[in-house]
Amino acid sequence: MEKRVTFNQRALPYLLVLPQLAITAVFFLWPASQALYQSLLIQNPFGLSVKFVWFENFQELFADGLYLEAFKTTAVFSAAVAALSMGLALFLAVMVDRIVRGGATYKVLLVWPYAVAPAIAGVLWLFMFNPSIGLIAFYLKQVGYHWNHVLNGTEAMLLVIVAAAWKQISYSFIFFLAGLQAIPRSLIEAAAIDGAGPARRFWTIVFPLLSPTAFFLLVVNVVYAFFDTFGIIHAVTKGGPGKATEILVYKVYKDGFVGLDLGSSAAQSVVLMAIVMSLTVVQFRFIERRVHY
Amino acid sequence: MTVQRTLTAAAVALGTALASTAAWSATEIQLWHAFTGRLGEVLAGQVEKFNASQSDYTVVGAYKGNYSETLNAGVAAFRAKQQPHILMVFEVGTATMMAAEGAIKPVYEVMQAGGGAFDPKAYIPTVTGYYTTSDGKMLSLPYNSSTPVLYYNKDAMQKAGLDPNEPPKTWPEFETVLKALKAAGIDCPFTTAWQSWVHLENFSAWHNAAFASKENGFGGTDTELSFNGPLQVKHIDTLGRWAKDGLFVYAGRRNEGGARFRSGECALFTESSAGYASVKAEAKFAFGVSNLPYWPDAAGAPQNTIIGGASLWVMSGHSDAEYKGVAKFFEFLSSAEVQAAWHQTTGYLPITPAAYELTIKQGYYKENPGTDIAILQMTGKPPTGNSKGLRLGNFDQIRGIIDEELEAVWSGQKSAQAALDSAVERGNGLLRRFERAN
Repeated sequence: MEKRVTFNQRALPYLLVLPQLAITAVFFLWPASQALYQSLLIQNPFGLSVKFVWFENFQELFADGLYLEAFKTTAVFSAAVAALSMGLALFLAVMVDRIVRGGATYKVLLVWPYAVAPAIAGVLWLFMFNPSIGLIAFYLKQVGYHWNHVLNGTEAMLLVIVAAAWKQISYSFIFFLAGLQAIPRSLIEAAAIDGAGPARRFWTIVFPLLSPTAFFLLVVNVVYAFFDTFGIIHAVTKGGPGKATEILVYKVYKDGFVGLDLGSSAAQSVVLMAIVMSLTVVQFRFIERRVHY
Repeated sequence: MTVQRTLTAAAVALGTALASTAAWSATEIQLWHAFTGRLGEVLAGQVEKFNASQSDYTVVGAYKGNYSETLNAGVAAFRAKQQPHILMVFEVGTATMMAAEGAIKPVYEVMQAGGGAFDPKAYIPTVTGYYTTSDGKMLSLPYNSSTPVLYYNKDAMQKAGLDPNEPPKTWPEFETVLKALKAAGIDCPFTTAWQSWVHLENFSAWHNAAFASKENGFGGTDTELSFNGPLQVKHIDTLGRWAKDGLFVYAGRRNEGGARFRSGECALFTESSAGYASVKAEAKFAFGVSNLPYWPDAAGAPQNTIIGGASLWVMSGHSDAEYKGVAKFFEFLSSAEVQAAWHQTTGYLPITPAAYELTIKQGYYKENPGTDIAILQMTGKPPTGNSKGLRLGNFDQIRGIIDEELEAVWSGQKSAQAALDSAVERGNGLLRRFERAN
């Protein structure tokens, strides 16, 4: 006989969900609706002159070549961060999985960067690569390469990609490790008996079985690269040099809070929200089909 | 009967006690500012001195972050109807504050209503002119104003075989000095801070060239940028050439160059006069301060330079009694002693001639040669329509655009003409948007 716990009061489930709903309402629904409303206005920063302009803010945005550039920058950035962080995490997880002794130490050390705040991570890498006083920049100068991410856009992009991916490796690592440990050893041993080498075993057995984890991590990493990397960009390059590292979310901040153009900034937030929503829908619809559960 | 009497007596006593307590509590005045570190301490000292000098008002200072963040805090507070009495806003935010008529109370109104002796002529025109309307009405009180000057490393110049007491006065002379320094093995002959402020905004004023139409925006929000004129293009082109030849090393948009000069890495440095204190404290070499160089073939050069820094704006929505307190605080800040002390401790310019005279009398300029260059550079000639200052909307963003375009010139990707033309076009877009929003 099954033991089932049932609640007699009808209101109890709603009451239990209420705190989470309240948080979602206050921290997401309310600001999002404000952003939707403000994206239809051109207003003075103090709110003293408000003009309702329908979709003019959006029109101006898409006519602006720089905004479209930001799209490209963000695409490159998030693809690179997701690929780098997931690739390295998978590699490290596979390596750690094979260790019998001392595995715990490696796990702790590899998970540590996740606890570092994004801005601190950014400053850490900034110190290492600072053209005047950075350690790595110094060694590069010894080898003859003058690193200067203050002037060189590609170098700035590389720096923020590395800083952002470094933080996220730990997160992906934990999940990949868990995913690897969930794979029955019998499968791998059977393949080994059948004569499959380690690479073959990995690509034909381990990787497909990891696909639910990989899919989940892809979604999380893309959302991370779109939003949570604001702290890193702000601490390291502030979108420079010359907008080389100005991703969409950073542009929202710059136009809204530094430029005090609330209408354009709100319009950008709305567009960003639409992008991430559609990306998530796309990922769930199309990629999930290929995921083996 | 007696009970009633005792009760009434008690009530009267209590009432008097409460009333006198109310008289004891001073009116609080909120001051939101962007100063931290050493400057924050000096500001706190001024506030303490004011509070101790009288008992009617207490000024409470609150650090809100850097200039952008402080302006943001003020804007958000106004929208939430929790605005402070006094808000410190950087000079590029002047147009935003001026366009917000319902949000601010002009300083001249506050000072006149405050009852004290307010004489607009008691202020240095080139310093207050930035924050004054075209008909001379002061809208905000300049707090920390500086102007760019040239710092030079005397030891490095000597090493290059140049006379350390003869800094270059014109840009052609400057190039000769740079080449000599480079030949003597100095890898970084010249760097700068705040490139847009020094080499475009102040450059234009110093040469009496227009930065924007309508008297650099003083005449209305329908102004258009014009810093892509032949003189400015020539200057940026020259700097671009120097960058390519290694004579000019670009360090960053803000004051990253300061560290390079103070460490002795770079020999010549154009920066705010307020950097004097740091240079004096950190430089382990003999240094001098001189005027910004100019192009001798430009008509009207040298004119005067304009200020950078921040001013104190009074926000609307407070009671007359509180505004009286603000007026008293501003009177205190404008007094000769306070200004002279501020000027000498920080290197920022004094806002009144009286403070300047007092500093001369105190012998400060004799003991610290080069500290009067800034004020002389600003007051040498009466300002023209091109050198009163700038009043352009969204100017912080426009500066960002200028920074980007200049970086393209330094890295050799664009010619000076193309970069300045592009900056003007993009900047005009922002000006039109500002015009629309106000």
